[in-house]
Amino acid sequence: MRDEADQDPVIRLRSIRTQFGSHVVHDGLDLDVYRGEILGVVGGSGTGKSVLLRSIAGLQRPTEGEIEVLGTDVRKASEAERAALERRWGVMFQDGALFSSLNVRENVEVPMRAVEGLDPDLRRAMADLKISMSGLPYLAGDKYPSELSGGMRKRAGLARALALDPEIVFLDEPTAGLDPIGAADFDTLIRRLSDTMGLTVFLVTHDLDTLHAICDRIAVLAEKKVLVTGTMDEMLKVDHPWVHDYFHGPRARAALAAKDAQKEG
Amino acid sequence: MPATVTTDQTDDGSVLRLGGAFALADLTGLHKALMRAAAAGPVTVDLTEVTRLDTAAAWAIAEAEKAAQSAGHALHLEGADEGAAALIDTVRAALPDPDTQTKPAFSLLHWLDGFGRSVAAGGVFLSQLLGILGVFIARLGRSVLHPSEFRLTSLVHHCQEVGLKAVPIVALMAFLIGVVLAFQGAAQLRQFGAEVFVVDLIAVSILRELGILLTAIIVAGRTASAFTAAIGSMKMREEIDAMRTLGIDPATALIVPRVLALLLMLPILGMIANATGLFGGALMSWIELGISPGLFVTRLVENTDVSHLMVGTIKAPFFAIVIGIVGCHAGLQVGNNAESLGRQTSAAVVTAIFSVIVIDALFSVFFAQVGI
Ligand SMILES: Nc1ncnc2c1ncn2[C@@H]1O[C@H](COP(=O)(O)OP(=O)(O)OP(=O)(O)O)[C@@H](O)[C@H]1O
Ligand SMILES: [Mg+2]
Repeated sequence: MRDEADQDPVIRLRSIRTQFGSHVVHDGLDLDVYRGEILGVVGGSGTGKSVLLRSIAGLQRPTEGEIEVLGTDVRKASEAERAALERRWGVMFQDGALFSSLNVRENVEVPMRAVEGLDPDLRRAMADLKISMSGLPYLAGDKYPSELSGGMRKRAGLARALALDPEIVFLDEPTAGLDPIGAADFDTLIRRLSDTMGLTVFLVTHDLDTLHAICDRIAVLAEKKVLVTGTMDEMLKVDHPWVHDYFHGPRARAALAAKDAQKEG
Repeated sequence: MPATVTTDQTDDGSVLRLGGAFALADLTGLHKALMRAAAAGPVTVDLTEVTRLDTAAAWAIAEAEKAAQSAGHALHLEGADEGAAALIDTVRAALPDPDTQTKPAFSLLHWLDGFGRSVAAGGVFLSQLLGILGVFIARLGRSVLHPSEFRLTSLVHHCQEVGLKAVPIVALMAFLIGVVLAFQGAAQLRQFGAEVFVVDLIAVSILRELGILLTAIIVAGRTASAFTAAIGSMKMREEIDAMRTLGIDPATALIVPRVLALLLMLPILGMIANATGLFGGALMSWIELGISPGLFVTRLVENTDVSHLMVGTIKAPFFAIVIGIVGCHAGLQVGNNAESLGRQTSAAVVTAIFSVIVIDALFSVFFAQVGI
């Protein structure tokens, strides 16, 4: 998955500018995401990672710039084009954002209801399958979101994001607030789903272990734009002060050591 | 390219040729075709022409495989590329073992079980209400013994919220009830030439029943819901647990001032309702029947026994306690999601109004027996 450079990008951002009042969040931001890769987006708090994710997923409009997803210009698309596009991507929100009045299975069925000619029994079975593939017990579908732990809610949110077999998934801090074992499981899950379903993953994270474990490429958001992109090894060689501190800080060293230990063991 | 499924019959069973890009919309047809073939005999599934296999199609294949096995045939996969094979493996791994799946069947026993549970839940609900009443009384007693623990500021604040701010709506409601009573009473009594008895009609019905009952219903609607929402949102954000860890007793801080404020304010609101109700009645009698205010007051004072006022007023503290306890209890029942806050708030209003009416009915029976 390392030679995407000559492929067509599935997400193509050009000179994005986002502004809230006088507060400029992005200015002249460019980014390409290639098919089948897992791109990790990192950056300090408040640098606009979540805003960027929301802009690409069409939940928010940037002030200026071009956003092309799967060959469609998101900002100029008609309603019908947008609807077609939305079925080809899934978004997992930070706390799952499950509908609290529906149980987990019904939550996963929500996007499937728009599919015409799908038998209700088959829809249920597919929802159960997605729940099970997301690492929840097969019968967790009967539970309501309020009865789940934070980690289970995230998995259920992922199951819903995957309901229509999307080509791209957007994940906002998927491992935040999970215990280390749960976080590592989640990483493996994302990697496996990406490999078997050919998913392109746009992943916002602060978790250095995730970056080491599953990301094909990393994009660093700083100074209002994407400062550098590249593999983990390339990141370690960047000498921009913030990037250097980020990837060489005490936590980064610990994550690196853990990764090396895993390789040897 | 849209998905296609073609079935050929050969000597060694059927061959299903899949082609194109599969999506969820194609599942129903594919599932049917696969299941039919798997039930009939040996099947070969040819994936050579498939450009995109989705999880739904992979699931249908895995299910057909199981069905074929249990029918004693074999299902062969052909032409699956690496990605498709991996996906089918993942789906197979995610499917449950048949015996872990339990579906509760509906039966009479099931229904009885549910019925029993809801009866028991009703009992638990009543005992919890009693529990809160007990806590209220205990903490109130404690506050009398240790006045420094008492939260006067909080009490005054709640008196303002519960009492003062409810005065306009209560007064207006009672005034209109007085007007309506006078108007309707006049129409009936005029037929007998007994117009002047409209004064007794208004006085008895307002002082004895309507003034305090309607006030209590309005207060139940606006205050019980406010108590539930306030306490419930604190419960939801774990503020109540935080209080406990900081050594603050939630009952003293939250329940006592609220219920006490209601206990003090509801009788006063009832009095205001009585006054404006009588005023509305007098005004309408004057306009409609020509009963002068002087005559109204004279008849009111001479003919209306003070026991009517007593009967009305004695109910106020009972209503107040019930509304306050129901509101606080519902607030404490809120879970950690916004939905339960909404559900408890509306449940609190319904329960409070219903309880007020039940208590009023019990009092009516009681006073009728006692003969007041
Ligand atoms: N709707 C909004 N209105 C005004 N300002 C906003 C809005 N949404 C985001 N911002 C601002 O945009 C900036 C970027 O926010 P964003 O949530 O994208 O940060 P982030 O990079 O995701 O941070 P974190 O890592 O803490 O999640 C912040 O300074 C925030 O105050
Ligand atoms: Mg964020």
